[in-house]
Amino acid sequence: MSLGSFGRSIRRNLVVIAGLLTLAYLLLPNIVVTVFSFNDPKGRFNYEWQKFSTDAWTDPCGVADLCGSLALSLQIAAWATLGATVLGTMIAFALVRYRFRARGAVNSLIFMPMAMPEVVMAASLLTLFLNMGTPLGFWTILIAHIMFCLSFVVTAVKARVMSMDPRLEQAAQDLYAGPFQTFIRVTLPIAAPGIAAGALLAFALSFDDFIITNFNAGSTVTFPMFVWGSAQRGTPVQINVIGTAMFLVAVLCVLAGMMVGRRSRQKA
Amino acid sequence: MTTVTEAPPLAPTPVEEPRRPRRRGRLVPYWLLLPGILWLLVFFALPMVYQASTSVQTGSLEEGYKVTWHFATYWDALSEYWPQFLRSVLYAGVATVLCLLLGYPLAYLIAFRAGRWRNVILVLVIAPFFTSFLIRTLAWKTILADGGPVVGALSSLHVLDVTSWLGITAGERVLATPLAVVCGLTYNFLPFMILPLYTSLERIDGRLHEAAGDLYAKPFTTFRKVTFPLSMPGVVSGTLLTFIPASGDYVNADLLGSTDTRMVGNVIQTQFLRILDYPTAAALSFILMAAILVMVTLYIRKSGTEDLV
Amino acid sequence: MTDTNGDVRLSGISKTYGSFTAVHPLDLTVPQGSFFALLGASGCGKTTTLRMIAGLEEPTTGTVALGDQDVTALPPYKRPVNTVFQSYALFPHLDVFENVAFGLRRRGIKSVKKQVEEMLELVQLGEQVRKKPHQLSGGQQQRVAVARALINHPKVLLLDEPLGALDLKLRRQMQLELKRIQTEVGITFIHVTHDQEEAMTMADTVAVMNAGRVEQLGSPAELYENPQSTFVANFLGTSNLIEAEVDAKSGDEIIVKAADSKLVLPAARCSAPASAGGKVLVGIRPEKISLTHADDAGSIPEGRNRITGTIADASFIGVSTQYVIDSPVCDEFAVYVQNIERDGRLVPGAEVVLHWSPAHTFGLDANQDIDAGVESVEEEAAA
Repeated sequence: MSLGSFGRSIRRNLVVIAGLLTLAYLLLPNIVVTVFSFNDPKGRFNYEWQKFSTDAWTDPCGVADLCGSLALSLQIAAWATLGATVLGTMIAFALVRYRFRARGAVNSLIFMPMAMPEVVMAASLLTLFLNMGTPLGFWTILIAHIMFCLSFVVTAVKARVMSMDPRLEQAAQDLYAGPFQTFIRVTLPIAAPGIAAGALLAFALSFDDFIITNFNAGSTVTFPMFVWGSAQRGTPVQINVIGTAMFLVAVLCVLAGMMVGRRSRQKA
Repeated sequence: MTTVTEAPPLAPTPVEEPRRPRRRGRLVPYWLLLPGILWLLVFFALPMVYQASTSVQTGSLEEGYKVTWHFATYWDALSEYWPQFLRSVLYAGVATVLCLLLGYPLAYLIAFRAGRWRNVILVLVIAPFFTSFLIRTLAWKTILADGGPVVGALSSLHVLDVTSWLGITAGERVLATPLAVVCGLTYNFLPFMILPLYTSLERIDGRLHEAAGDLYAKPFTTFRKVTFPLSMPGVVSGTLLTFIPASGDYVNADLLGSTDTRMVGNVIQTQFLRILDYPTAAALSFILMAAILVMVTLYIRKSGTEDLV
Repeated sequence: MTDTNGDVRLSGISKTYGSFTAVHPLDLTVPQGSFFALLGASGCGKTTTLRMIAGLEEPTTGTVALGDQDVTALPPYKRPVNTVFQSYALFPHLDVFENVAFGLRRRGIKSVKKQVEEMLELVQLGEQVRKKPHQLSGGQQQRVAVARALINHPKVLLLDEPLGALDLKLRRQMQLELKRIQTEVGITFIHVTHDQEEAMTMADTVAVMNAGRVEQLGSPAELYENPQSTFVANFLGTSNLIEAEVDAKSGDEIIVKAADSKLVLPAARCSAPASAGGKVLVGIRPEKISLTHADDAGSIPEGRNRITGTIADASFIGVSTQYVIDSPVCDEFAVYVQNIERDGRLVPGAEVVLHWSPAHTFGLDANQDIDAGVESVEEEAAA
């Protein structure tokens, strides 16, 4: 290959090279997290490489409160997902399927939480709880999580329901399905991917939320709160183990999903 | 026999009111909206009111706070913390621009050049979300560690000399400098830029590129005149999704920065959770909210994309 | 079924949306067992009429009756009527079998297997039971949609542009097939279409709709041979319309004058009141006209209507040659001549005489838009 053609092929693939560099930038921290989950640090902080060890992997709950906080986070995420998905799906259907007054106001109210820095929502919600004298803890975290997940669920479900052919529901009605049957047999199954996407997003947002939880948790410690605390006091290797495991579980779930999708497409 | 006649025009009765839909209760949409909207009103809108009221209260923790319409809190907060405000806007703005510059090639790559790797790359963009962002942000402490390979390389390439001269790094350190904070912000919000960009790029018909080429546009002209304008919705929502959370963030400034890189989020957090000066914290938060709303509204007006929702 | 009378009766039925009237008050009876077509351009109210029969749209005024039963107040899922939707609306999450079984299951019928298999046999889809709709071709999807509706033995089957999504060849094939199925099951079919050929091929009776009103109703031959409005004349096939003045009325013939020519029009085929001195539009279909070179004008038999002109354009299209003639009475006279013995002199610029039997002439009211229906056809062709 001559130098000129080499230069030309570089120029033609410039966007690919730049894109891959960005991808590397995105993945670098995850690689570091994974590598350092096998570290055996000297001090309290796990920032410098010392030597290889699998201690943390064999004893992931070896640090006080870590697995408890993880369990709490999963629990809150599950409930928040359920709440936000049910409420959000109802709103999405109302917005797409019905004409009613105050539509614009409702749309703005849905949009606002997504256009607001988390710290503002967190601080204002805390003033409400303080003024009401509400004890901070599990319930205040759950309330806050459902609140900020709601809008994202509405957006995801709305997109799916809007792209749905209204004739499908009319066809069901034409074929002797009453309103309830139509909803259960046709509307819900077809809207399911949108609802699932919304629920997945809500789970991820809730599980990973720190700022709003930081303000409204009181002395309750979720997993992100635990990581935050350990950043001040000392970072156990186990948080890298948990981080790596979550990453792997997510990737495996997606791969499995893709595989099942491909198989069912082939079989049918 | 089949017959057709024009029915006699209806007697001069006034135009009949369209009958009410009989099968769908008119109240159904309201029942569907009620629980969710109530939730947002009580836990999103009402808190804003409480925050506004808290911001004009005076008193102390021991004696309790009262609304005294003490607007001076706003003035005091602004005059004391304007550097943090400025820093928030500056850091968030720079991070947003960096996200756009870094994110666009990757979004373009996924949309047009990835072929069968498209889904794999998409998964790689999204999957890091599942490792808590705090853990990933802490990883930057390792990557940018003093005397580490990154800092060593930047130092030997004399990049650090330039950045120190610009005042965004300090000596042989990257950690605890503005550069580290902006780097962390960019990293954290990059996926929020890439995904909307990808969504709007993916909708572009690939044949448009061929058509532009056929009409004598060079590749870069094609990008400038066809691709980029068509991806504007993605650019607008991507920049908003990056700028808004970045401007209120305090995690990156706290973990990767120093006392000299504190942003307004840090101040609000400290005032609320450590110093317990609620009126000042509420006033700061209120100012941030108002500033964001004004900026977002102006930005959306300017870019002419009002149907983001 | 207990009641022998399964006619569909629409009485004074209309639909308005705000200030827009989609369907003007309309009375219409479709006899049991007939294949009935509602034909019109898009937006003429035909689909709204169909949806009011199905119960998917509520009439603003009037009633819908099936046999002796007034069904106006019944929701679609309680009406013994089924629809084949435009672009089919097959449930994407169900396979062919479950799509077809949907209606039976909703009515609480447990053992559906035999019926579904028989129905799929009827539409020749026995092999595809476990496929999802997106794995089928357009024609197959169309058959599933028909099977899914027919299996419920509705009193009436409504078809909303059922062949619109198919390509031309498949459309022809499905037209014949739908006709076969209709003959086999004997159910009333009401078919909505914008394609005049489709309506004429399949239906016993065609109602031509325009701007929310039925313009004319009758058998395809009746509509074509004796249109009663310019819209029908132009929308169904092509018509040459000549503005003429009534000269005299003698017995069952009307003599009219257009430019220098005198034309004869049977009084029975004139839908306009014709009094001497009044205006009428004289119509003639392009294929009824014979073309003779001006040199041979003497050989034209007596008693035929004649017009002279110049050939402006000739296009050879295989079975026939289509001429456009400039004549004093009409700028663009269309003439279709079968390619049996081609006269080599009939080229653009040639002087010709157009002549036809007066029995094929029809007369229309002159107080209407002479081009009504022409645009609609062009729009549909462009769409």
